Amino acid sequence: MAAPMSPIAVRAVTVTSALGRGLEAHRDALERERGGLRPNDASSAPLPCWIGRVDGVDDTPLPATLAGWDSRNNRLAWLGLAQDGFLGQVDAARRRYGAGRVALLLGTSTASIGATEEGYRRLGADGRLPPDLYRPALHTPHSLAGFVAAALELAGPCLTLSTACSSSAKVFASAERLMRLGLADAAVVGGVDSLCDHVLFGFNALELVSPEPCRPFDAARRGISIGEAAGFALLERAEAAPEAPRLVGWGESSDAFHMSTPHPDGLGAELAIRDALARAGREAAQVGYINLHGTASRKNDAMEAALLARLFPPGVRASSTKGYTGHTLGAAGIVEAAFALLAIRDGLVPGNLGADTPDPACGAQFAWRTERRPVDVAMSNSFGFGGNNACLLFASAEAA
Amino acid sequence: MSGLAVHVEGVGLWSPALAGFDALRTRLAGAAVPPPAATPPAQALPATERRRASASVRIAVEAAAQAVAMSGRDAAALACVFASAFGDLATTDELCATLARAPAELSPTRFHLSVHNAPAGYWTIAGGCRASSSAVCAGAASAGAGLLEAAVLACAEARPVLLVCSDIAGRGPLGEIVGCRHDFGAALVLAPTPGARTLARLQLALADPSCTAPSPAIDCTGDMPDNPSAAILPLLTLLAAGRAGVIAMAAAGGLALHVRVEPPA
Repeated sequence: MAAPMSPIAVRAVTVTSALGRGLEAHRDALERERGGLRPNDASSAPLPCWIGRVDGVDDTPLPATLAGWDSRNNRLAWLGLAQDGFLGQVDAARRRYGAGRVALLLGTSTASIGATEEGYRRLGADGRLPPDLYRPALHTPHSLAGFVAAALELAGPCLTLSTACSSSAKVFASAERLMRLGLADAAVVGGVDSLCDHVLFGFNALELVSPEPCRPFDAARRGISIGEAAGFALLERAEAAPEAPRLVGWGESSDAFHMSTPHPDGLGAELAIRDALARAGREAAQVGYINLHGTASRKNDAMEAALLARLFPPGVRASSTKGYTGHTLGAAGIVEAAFALLAIRDGLVPGNLGADTPDPACGAQFAWRTERRPVDVAMSNSFGFGGNNACLLFASAEAA
Repeated sequence: MSGLAVHVEGVGLWSPALAGFDALRTRLAGAAVPPPAATPPAQALPATERRRASASVRIAVEAAAQAVAMSGRDAAALACVFASAFGDLATTDELCATLARAPAELSPTRFHLSVHNAPAGYWTIAGGCRASSSAVCAGAASAGAGLLEAAVLACAEARPVLLVCSDIAGRGPLGEIVGCRHDFGAALVLAPTPGARTLARLQLALADPSCTAPSPAIDCTGDMPDNPSAAILPLLTLLAAGRAGVIAMAAAGGLALHVRVEPPA
């Protein structure tokens, strides 16, 4: 069992998704139970499903000095970085610690592959990608972190984590380890994924995409709705930001079961949750709110509902927020970490949007409607393709 | 600069020229080594999975299995970090071509193989590993950044970690633009403390890239300069030669990782 860890300060956090730009847009949407899904207009060929699309991404050009990194995914990253005063917070950290002492760890599942897809749709007569897309660094999974490192002028350890839907949760664990060993004084973590043909047609081929807006934990749920999002957090040592909420625990595990189906009994998911609780030195009953993975796939939600009933007492509140944003894949970890932090900051437990007839496997823990109540400790689950699991645990500064 | 130390207990290797760490040792001793089979045996995968697995998965699994066997560790208990600059270039090329032509014809099997953590998924499923697994990249610095991530995990959590660095030859327009023309996979089992199977201690330190470390004075069979994962080959070469030395690897765009290799006394 993992040894308890020293809490890390979450100095700043920001999120941009189908619900809007920045924390306040998200707080407002969760409070009013206003979802962000719309009929699919993002794929290059028709695909009848619903998506969580961010408005205005295409109208957000990158600064001229960064134009070589231009892609829809990096425009979404830039749009996300510009919210909630995040750029200023990173600027202050860079000046405080030095560019080489601020690590950058970002999650993504497909990075700028939308640009690669576009290149394949209009190959030159020579069979090569067209001149405007002939930028080698763009066509690798590191294109997001490469761009953000340039945009934020950071020179410390820089890594992309790409473990599908757990990517931008695992970055918190990697950052905490780097800081614990003294290899960085601060870390920018987060993730960005944007809508592209790969994920829309790929998950459709796996028969996981719902033809209607996704309904997490509904008895008649029919699959996922894919979304896009950008989110970032700035982590520092606790003493540097005494008032800031804390990352108090993280857990990681593998299912060792199947590439595209979770372990039916949630063995891997349970390991990640227990790992996070042990690191935080807490009991399950001390968790106020759990943001569930809750994709609205038949198998994930069955597994997770049973796991919740088994591990947590009825007083714990829990919900999936994928009915609001869609499943933002590699960005889901940071988006839902932001929701956990909002729950702590504003005493806001988001209602589980989309479920009209709850699956009978769901216990009393589910917050079907948005609730107002104080939350000191909040958890976020992220269970990825390939059986890759992560769990994050946050607490208010007072409760840490 | 900040430093950390790990102990190498196992090494794995697969390239079109070298089928394992012993082949590298033989080649360094000046003897000829027969070229390996066209595809890695990847015996760690069950037969059904092996048939379905891509070259990218097979190469990563082959290198991983060699390193774990040499370490004597139980694959089921090892945390693992899979680093690859490009992921499965061949499958991604195929998917992009299909998406441009007839997106609804996308194959679910090809799609699941295209995710960056496909090798980590196949490895943990085959070995019954429920420990933490990760799939990372950092462009041209992927091997160094992967080594840093794995060493930090080993030291912070006081547990042995499997590191795999692999990239495959690209195909089509994507292969042309990224310019990776050879397959290469390597793996290390890194332990936080020395043991009976320790091959060498690695002292790692972050450094300014302008502080160059001496390269090993051995021909490290540098026949795959275009494969980012082969940036770990100089380290493997020192390990194979049983010699001390210092390697400089890129850890990020503006950051170097100096690796001091110290064989046991």
